[in-house]
Amino acid sequence: MFAAITFISGLLFGLGLAFSEMTNPAVVIGFLNIFGDWNPSLIIVMASAIAVGMLGYAIKNKKVKPWIAKEWQVPSLKHIDAKLLIGSSLFGIGWGLSGYCPGPGLTALVNNPSEGMYFIAALVIGSGIHFIQMRVTQK
Amino acid sequence: MESLFNPLIGGLLIGLTATIYLLSTGKVIGISGILSQLLFNKGRLLPFLFIAGLIIGGSAYGTLTEQTVAFPETRSPWLLILSGLLVGYGTRLGGGCTSGHGVCGISRLSPRSIVATLTFMAAAIITVSILN
Repeated sequence: MFAAITFISGLLFGLGLAFSEMTNPAVVIGFLNIFGDWNPSLIIVMASAIAVGMLGYAIKNKKVKPWIAKEWQVPSLKHIDAKLLIGSSLFGIGWGLSGYCPGPGLTALVNNPSEGMYFIAALVIGSGIHFIQMRVTQK
Repeated sequence: MESLFNPLIGGLLIGLTATIYLLSTGKVIGISGILSQLLFNKGRLLPFLFIAGLIIGGSAYGTLTEQTVAFPETRSPWLLILSGLLVGYGTRLGGGCTSGHGVCGISRLSPRSIVATLTFMAAAIITVSILN
C-alpha cells in the first residue's frame, strides 16, 4: 500500500510538472525573466498548487494520524539561519542558470537527455559533497 | 483561455499529490530530499518508486500535454554541470527546493520555507537577468 501510494504520488507529481510545462527549462527561465520577456504562467501553477496544499494541511490538522503511517513527519524546524539563506541562494543561482530545479531536471533525463544527464550527474555530486561534509563535521 | 488551463491543471495536480502523500504517508513531498534518500540512505525502495513515477509522469510532456514553448537549444555541458552542482549542494544545505519549500512549505505557512522561497526566487531572477 505504502509503495503503491508512493509510486502513484511520483507519477501524479510528474504529470503535474508536465502539464504546467515546468519540465521545459525555457518556460521556467521565461517565468524568472521578470525584467525581460516575462512568461507569468508559473504563477498560476504555484498559486493553484499552494491553494490545494493549504486545504490539505487544513484536513491534516483535524486528523490525529495519517491514513497508512504511524505518525506525522512534517518538518518542525523553525529557525532561519545562514545555512538556509546560503543554501537557498546557491540553489536559486543554479536554478536560474539552467531553468532546472530537481524535479524537472529528473524528467529531463527522458525529455531532453543530452542536457538532463549532465545536470543530474552534477546534482548528485553536489548533494554528495554536502553529504560528505555533514559526515566529516559531525565526527 | 487554453494558456491558463494547462498551468491550472498542472498546479492542481501538484497540490493534490502533495495532499494525498501527506494525508496518507504523513510526509512532505520534497524532490531534493527524496532524491538524496535514494542516493545516501538505507531503505531505497520508496524513494526509488517515487523518482521512477516522477520521471514516467514527466515524460508525458509534449505527448499527453501541450508544449507551448520550444525547448532551448541544447546548452553547454559546463553550464548544466555548474547549475547541477549548485542545485544539488544548495538544496541540501538549504533543506529543500521548489517542491519542499516552495509548495509544501508555503502551504503550511512555514516561516523557514517562505524565507527560503523568497531567497531562491530572488537569486534565480537576478541570475536570469544577468545572463540575458
